[in-house]
Amino acid sequence: MTTAPAKAGWRFRQPSVIPGFGLTLGFSLAYLTLIILIPLSGLVWRSASLGWSDFWAIATDRRTVKALEISFGTAFIAASINVVFGTIVAWVLVRYRFPGRRVIDAMVDLPFALPTAVAGIALTTLYSPKGWMGALLAPLGIKVAYTPLGIVIALVFIGLPFVVRTVQPIIEEIDKEVEEAAATLGANRFQTIFLVLFPGLAPAVVTGFALAFARGVGEYGSVIFIAGNLPYISEIAPLLIVIRLEEYDYAAATAIATIMLALSFAMLLVINLIQSWTRKRYG
Amino acid sequence: MEVRVSNVRKEFDRFPALRDVSLDIRSGELIALLGPSGSGKTTLLRLIAGLERPTRGTIFFGDEDASNRTIQERNVGFVFQHYALFRHMTVADNIGFGLKVRPSAKRPTRAEIRRRASELLDLVQLGGLEKRYPAQLSGGQRQRVALARAMAIEPKVLLLDEPFGALDAQVRRELRRWLREIHDATGHTTIFVTHDQEEALELADRVVVMSQGRIEQIGTADEVYDTPNSPFVYGFIGESSSLPVKVEDGQVWISDRPIGLATPELADGEAILYFRPHDIELLEECNGCIAGTVAASRRVAGTRRVELEIGGSRERIEIELPVGHPAAQKSRVAFRPKRWKVFPKAVEG
Repeated sequence: MTTAPAKAGWRFRQPSVIPGFGLTLGFSLAYLTLIILIPLSGLVWRSASLGWSDFWAIATDRRTVKALEISFGTAFIAASINVVFGTIVAWVLVRYRFPGRRVIDAMVDLPFALPTAVAGIALTTLYSPKGWMGALLAPLGIKVAYTPLGIVIALVFIGLPFVVRTVQPIIEEIDKEVEEAAATLGANRFQTIFLVLFPGLAPAVVTGFALAFARGVGEYGSVIFIAGNLPYISEIAPLLIVIRLEEYDYAAATAIATIMLALSFAMLLVINLIQSWTRKRYG
Repeated sequence: MEVRVSNVRKEFDRFPALRDVSLDIRSGELIALLGPSGSGKTTLLRLIAGLERPTRGTIFFGDEDASNRTIQERNVGFVFQHYALFRHMTVADNIGFGLKVRPSAKRPTRAEIRRRASELLDLVQLGGLEKRYPAQLSGGQRQRVALARAMAIEPKVLLLDEPFGALDAQVRRELRRWLREIHDATGHTTIFVTHDQEEALELADRVVVMSQGRIEQIGTADEVYDTPNSPFVYGFIGESSSLPVKVEDGQVWISDRPIGLATPELADGEAILYFRPHDIELLEECNGCIAGTVAASRRVAGTRRVELEIGGSRERIEIELPVGHPAAQKSRVAFRPKRWKVFPKAVEG
């Protein structure tokens, strides 16, 4: 028994004797307060000036609820799609050597760098009923541009690098011996991948999902071009916030923002808890 | 299961890692593949497992040609140097993995798999750790889980790649004895790779000494230690001293004097004499002997290691003397090896 079972409960882990704990912790807290906490608490403060009943009225307004549903729903779907295909892309980039691999590898980062509005306009042009893709899909009765499906496509584009870049290093780390071990134990390729390799990737995939999801919820630039922005159908929450701002209805804007903030924070917290749980087990 | 390796050659990018290796392993034998790094021992093990395909030659399991069988079909238990445990699975799931992935017709029930895993954990003396994850185990414990996992599939052959390489000396010794016990209890044909001669000689029924992609010698611990058949084996296994000599008329000469050793079967020419530093007799009268001046003398545990400078050639060799022996202090020592071998010089080059 070399490892003592981890003690449950909240307590500091004894910092090492190497100095720096106080300094770095202090710096981190000050920095996070300055960059994240103060602006966000300003947001909450502002919406708090509304009063509870007004806040509740805005929160339960059908247009707000719909916009939130669309934002979180499309972000969830897009992140799920990205998890599947992003993992495959990462796998291919790590495992195979083919001409043009480096180019593709670099291409993955383009959604990071491209102004999102450019992406939005490009996607809209492609998927509008007269665009290349849209014209192919239109006879099948599939409308992409100006529907929630369009939002999903924009978010898939935006979120792909998050998944690829979090999963890729973990795939690189997979020990060849582990696969060989599975093979000698009689596992076929399918079993090796689904029982041995993917579960090992799970923590990284969850992280990639969380990042892509968070990015998708907050995405604005690319979505507003392709979404069509019909209230109750394809109007995302960030857009609704901007609309409220343009109406000089700052209270409503901050209220919606606060709700988004609370929902996002809750989801990211859950995802983080799942991760620390898996990490504790796998080491 | 008998394993027969027949004229196997393996090249990596045209570089030969194994050159024409043949080896017969009897059923139930415990075999050590011993050699320095780069000797091809791990490659040979991986070829037997099916993790590599031979460039030429055949590997038989029993009478059956295993060359075209996939790794999965070969049913070998392989223990990797770094264990290669599945870190997202508990110890019990790791051990049960090989049973769980069987096609449904041959797959035991869940409860049966669980029972087998517990049984094997008891065998490797880790009972009660079913629910642990590999990250929560020590190196020695992981090693045993890896062995239990390999044995769970009831392998025809058990293959171990440097099984104790990453463990500290104390644990190594313990596991070594324990592996021998397990082998005797289960009777699996077992092949393990090591670069540690002590491990190989102590543990194995037969030792396969390898060097530069070739098998130098196959034999029991006694055989490879007492009658090494090549300069490499002489130098690699145990302590040895060597001295350049000349063979003339079936006699061994050092510079201008015969030293009283006869090698009637060897042709005349340059050669090298090998002997064990402790396997010598000291002589009072030098009447056909090796004589030298003491250049250095060290106390090593129960004996004294003396470095001698021989003749005009200034060659230095080591011999071992009893601690209290006066010769250790004398400036001139004469001796003759009791057991020795002369190899023609060309062989070594």
